[in-house]
Amino acid sequence: MAEFEPKIVAFLCRWCAYAGADLAGTSRLKYPPNVVPIRVPCSGRVEPAWVVDALREGADGVLIGGCHPGDCHYVSGNYKARRRVYLLKKILPELGIEPGRVRLEWVSASEGKRFAEVVADFVAQLKALGPMKVMSDR
Amino acid sequence: MCPDGLTQHPSRATKARIGVFVCHCGHNIAGTVDVARVAEELARYPGVVYSTHYDYMCSDPGQELVKKAIKEHRLTGVVVAACSPSMHEPTFRTAAQEAGLNQYLVEIANIREHCSWVHEAGPATTDKAIRITRAVVEKVRGNHPLEPLTIGHAEKCLVIGGGIAGIQAALDVAEAGYEVLLVERSPTIGGHMAQLSETFPTLDCSQCILTPKMVEVARHPRIRLLTYSEVEEVAGFVGNYHVRIRKKPTYVDPEKCNLCGDCEEVCPVRVPSEFDRGLSQRAAIYIPFPQAVPSSYTLDAEACLGLEPLRCSECARVCEVGAIDYDMQEEIFEEDVGAIIVATGFELYPVEEMAEYGYGQVPDVIDGLEFERILSASGPTGGEVRRPSDGKVPKSVVFIQCSGSRDPELHKPYCSKICCMYTAKHALLYRHLVPDGRAYVFYIDIRAGGKGYEEFVTRAMEEDRILYLRGKVAKVFREGDKVVVWGVDTLTGKRVEVEADLVVLAQAIVPAPGVTELAQRLHMSCLDEHGFLKEAHPKLRPLETLAGGVFIAGAAQAPKDIPDTVAQASGAAAKAIALLSAPALVHPPEVAAVDEELCSGCGICAPQCPYSAITVEEVAEVNEVLCEGCGACAAACPSGAMTLRNLTDEQVLAMVRAALEAAEVASG
Repeated sequence: MAEFEPKIVAFLCRWCAYAGADLAGTSRLKYPPNVVPIRVPCSGRVEPAWVVDALREGADGVLIGGCHPGDCHYVSGNYKARRRVYLLKKILPELGIEPGRVRLEWVSASEGKRFAEVVADFVAQLKALGPMKVMSDR
Repeated sequence: MCPDGLTQHPSRATKARIGVFVCHCGHNIAGTVDVARVAEELARYPGVVYSTHYDYMCSDPGQELVKKAIKEHRLTGVVVAACSPSMHEPTFRTAAQEAGLNQYLVEIANIREHCSWVHEAGPATTDKAIRITRAVVEKVRGNHPLEPLTIGHAEKCLVIGGGIAGIQAALDVAEAGYEVLLVERSPTIGGHMAQLSETFPTLDCSQCILTPKMVEVARHPRIRLLTYSEVEEVAGFVGNYHVRIRKKPTYVDPEKCNLCGDCEEVCPVRVPSEFDRGLSQRAAIYIPFPQAVPSSYTLDAEACLGLEPLRCSECARVCEVGAIDYDMQEEIFEEDVGAIIVATGFELYPVEEMAEYGYGQVPDVIDGLEFERILSASGPTGGEVRRPSDGKVPKSVVFIQCSGSRDPELHKPYCSKICCMYTAKHALLYRHLVPDGRAYVFYIDIRAGGKGYEEFVTRAMEEDRILYLRGKVAKVFREGDKVVVWGVDTLTGKRVEVEADLVVLAQAIVPAPGVTELAQRLHMSCLDEHGFLKEAHPKLRPLETLAGGVFIAGAAQAPKDIPDTVAQASGAAAKAIALLSAPALVHPPEVAAVDEELCSGCGICAPQCPYSAITVEEVAEVNEVLCEGCGACAAACPSGAMTLRNLTDEQVLAMVRAALEAAEVASG
């Protein structure tokens, strides 16, 4: 049987993480193709419900990429994201979801290498966790 | 090439009529992604009525193809699967607009930077390209046609930093007819250029070419100069920034001060002079250098024996014109500006960081700017080369290039760009001033790219007989009254030991202190990994930042010499002038919107907004001009009443589903 390939949805803020992923491309860095990026204006736009929805719809992991602390284009969206993800991770075990399936990372527009490393590392982490278990309401 | 495209029967899900245009980008995408399969799969996707692929979608024929399809297939939305939206989103939005489709119904699926360039060729990569494109189809399906908002702007420019970059930018903007506010942290403008002796490769006297510009700033009717001041707060957005500037008290009325210098003589305090980089002493009341602008003394409150309560007051006693005012208070200036130019310059990487060169503890090991002061006719030694420890004329001087630069293990990995040139100048000027002295330069490579630069270095080597030694210096230490330099000449493979009288380190260029905090106040998104200001695009938008209306100039962006700095400053000024002269600015309409039926008026959204764009009375209301579209309010709204235009929860959920749905090619 083929090796389990986790599916990842990545919500990337357009100013830092999305641009960092662009730079990974421009620099021709290689990372596993398991992630589908969705461009959002800011990590602060990401609703915890989106993350849960994505996991329910078949994602094995969700990556949220924002600007480094202090660098948010919208002043403080990344701090809001950090608080929301922190709380979400507390709730996830109640839903039977491993908190390790959700990852919030700061990637600046100049960190193409870091973006590639984050994805590679997350893929490895999710492979260790195994496929997302189908929840009872589905 | 697939000129005809793959037409499909009308969509099964909605009445959306979406066209998908997959770009090969020559080999850039088609080399790893099966673009024909992407187009084919998308043709089968609900709501897609037309799907094709083409060599270069951004070319004129490519754009024509999109326009033609919009008209022929009465498309209600367009997805271009190509490079990053940061490249061609405006191209295709304009094309669509020309074909009669609202530009906000066009979105880019990034299958180059995020897919073809980062993965190997194969089904998994094509599969990902399909998922990315499908997700964007879902976004377009939910998009509404929007019109850009137009807004007015202030017609004033703020320039931060009064070095040569800030001076040039301020003069250019003012000459174009706009008001300029020039803010400088120290008591005078001029920056590091004022400290230099001569400039390479022409050997112009630095102050001689700089001070006329400083005077021009001082007397320009449209430049308001605020020295001893710092930008404390910046609010607002492109064209409409509200800035708060704090000006420290100088305790000297510049209108009355006649520069007699009596105050300085009676002042009992002596502290190291910043301008002479600690090589001389100054009083607590001082003028950094005679041609300082504004032309006035400044009382350094921290160095003074005491102002509250007053402990000395000698300076006021001797001041005949009564210029000294111990009750002077700090002032706060609030201004509305349309554009901001950041020109905060550089500092040298501290010698104290250099363990191998004695941690800055050896008195005759100095940095390049200290040597500039020693060479300068107005410097602490009156233009005679004398070393700091005992005032002797050094007969043997070692110059070490790349000190702290190009050293990823211990210091800075980058090249500081100007050191090869100024070291050649230093050695040359030293040889002119001390004809019987010996000059040695340790270098890794000589980087003399620039007009007349290579010739200048050759002149230093050949005419002035400076000994260039290729190799790094391992250690510098004091022995008696000598400074011993241990190095290697890698061309001969021999160890070199020089007993020098003076060692000059070409220290790495680093950003000026405080620039991180300033960048945060300006919401400039990010500095680069070394703390320099980051441009919006390294090649195509080198003068802009990601914060609209904020431009950059000079060494704050990266190490650069005076000609490059002046050129960049004029470029930044041109960008600012273009903004200030626009009749109106366009604001993206992808902003927050409230569903008044759903809003309970709970007010959770308002404090989420960093721009105070939301007011809540019965229900929440969004000021669309203030809203920057971050969506923090929408994420926080408990009732789903607040949403972000063209990025609603429904759209995101549909995008997520599309991204996860099995694509036929690989997994099916």
